[in-house]
Amino acid sequence: MVDLKTIRKIAKLSMIEMSENEEADFSSQLSKAIEYFNQVSEVDTKNVDPMTTPTEIVPHYREDVPAQVVSPEEILAIAPERTGNLYTVPPVV
Amino acid sequence: MDLLRASIADIGQQLRKKQISSLEITQYFLQRIAAHNSKINAFVTSNDNAEREASDVDQKLARGELLGPLSGIPVGIKDMLCTKGIRTTAASHILKNFVPPYDATVVSRLKRSGAVILGKLNQDEFAMGSSNENSIFGATKNPWNLDFVPGGSSGGSAAAQASRLCAATIGTDTGGSIRQPASFCNVVGVKPTYGRVSRFGVIAYASSLDQAGPIASCVEDAALILEVISGFDQFDSTTSNQKVPEFSKNLNKNIKGLRIGLMKEYMMGGLHPDVEKTIALAVEDLKRMGCEIVEVSVPLTAQAVPMYYLIAASEASSNLSRYDGVKYGHRASFENLSKTSLEEFYMRTRGQGFGVEVKRRIMLGTYCLSSGYYDAYYKKACQVRRLMAEQFQNCFNSCDLILGPVSTAPAFRIGEKLSDPLSMYLNDVFTVSANLAGVPGLSIPYGISIDNLPIGIQLMANHFDEQKMLNVGYALQETSPMTWRIPNV
Repeated sequence: MVDLKTIRKIAKLSMIEMSENEEADFSSQLSKAIEYFNQVSEVDTKNVDPMTTPTEIVPHYREDVPAQVVSPEEILAIAPERTGNLYTVPPVV
Repeated sequence: MDLLRASIADIGQQLRKKQISSLEITQYFLQRIAAHNSKINAFVTSNDNAEREASDVDQKLARGELLGPLSGIPVGIKDMLCTKGIRTTAASHILKNFVPPYDATVVSRLKRSGAVILGKLNQDEFAMGSSNENSIFGATKNPWNLDFVPGGSSGGSAAAQASRLCAATIGTDTGGSIRQPASFCNVVGVKPTYGRVSRFGVIAYASSLDQAGPIASCVEDAALILEVISGFDQFDSTTSNQKVPEFSKNLNKNIKGLRIGLMKEYMMGGLHPDVEKTIALAVEDLKRMGCEIVEVSVPLTAQAVPMYYLIAASEASSNLSRYDGVKYGHRASFENLSKTSLEEFYMRTRGQGFGVEVKRRIMLGTYCLSSGYYDAYYKKACQVRRLMAEQFQNCFNSCDLILGPVSTAPAFRIGEKLSDPLSMYLNDVFTVSANLAGVPGLSIPYGISIDNLPIGIQLMANHFDEQKMLNVGYALQETSPMTWRIPNV
């Protein structure tokens, strides 16, 4: 059972503010989903490597040569709030 | 010419013969959008420059410049792919006003081959859904019956294509999001092999599962678009450098001698009777064309849906951590930013920005990746995933392609499954496996239900064997009773 205390912890890790109603809904829905996920645990996976990329892809390396695809101004222009060429954020220290 | 029933190659031929101009083609589809989109709600943003871009193609044509294979072809793009200068939202409040400063590789390749982008198509928020009901723009309607869902998450792409609001569309498929809506709307959808198509500029949902692909009117069009968008991309290290075949030129209806696998686990009951009939019809037609039908088995199909949701939610929770209200997208407003804590800033921004299904999956994924649970959930699912991929490889040792349903039943009513997320997830049982195993899948129209709703069938091939899958689709297109059938919108 994913209780409300756990839901609040997970919400904080997820950085999502939630209403009490949402917390209660998620508590019952996540409990059901986790129980459902337990079906996966029943499979014997001794000595099996986890698969994270499903096709054999040869890693590709390129020279570390600087290139400009998009200008800094284009990137800054879509910021919700900026001060000159800096992003405006709450105090971080 | 009848643009409603013309393939891309047909349109291209007329264009080159100067029997129709690129501008006329674009205007034809823009008029269809103006006439029908309000009922279907497929297009959510239009490209204001579409007519000018179409005229540019005409000018190039007049100057005798070499034209790409999609010259003058009007296409619609799922709102999951970045389009330079055209708002891209993933149907989420958190990206409501996001205008990307660059194109996804898929989009730049379409443009390079001459395609005209008409606009952006509705979807489930961040591609999380199978019904296109989770969108800030409201639900997309199925053009065959407006009370029904078009499927999802590429519901806007499938509905737009079915009602011919454009000549072709692009969707994305993480667990069936191209194939299932294609099936519900009577159009052709291809999920390519993982690594075939670049994910650069495709808004990330679950990075080890996501692929973009075409949703088109016919197999020839899907093949042509696939060859344009495929291939190695320096901006996506998971793209394969395998040579891209000329899928459309290589199409071959002679499929005699191919072995088609029917997967035991897919035919074990629980299918809607009309879906069952549709599969049986395709099997008979394939036998008549000289194919051998063999039984294959992927026993881990029973665990596919929980495995898929566990992996997808985990990867989503990580991918969506980038939406922080700092560099782009929605930011909650605060009276005094300098007196706001960083945590409060992030939490409120994200709490306001994400819809309920997205929050649900982020929460689930965060739980599965959190300290003490990672090994038991995410790592475990990735181990089972390898076993399942091996079972698929075993199947392809004894057959060329796997045939099966796309969905357990035809489209359902809008609202019918909204209150029960788990029952919505269970519908994806036939599509998620291809993403987990990384294999390509094709959905083509093959039947219609007693309620007049389309039913597609699915073909799956081994890694990078799209040509074989397209060839069989091409042959089946000849025998399908649903080929080129268009709903009355």
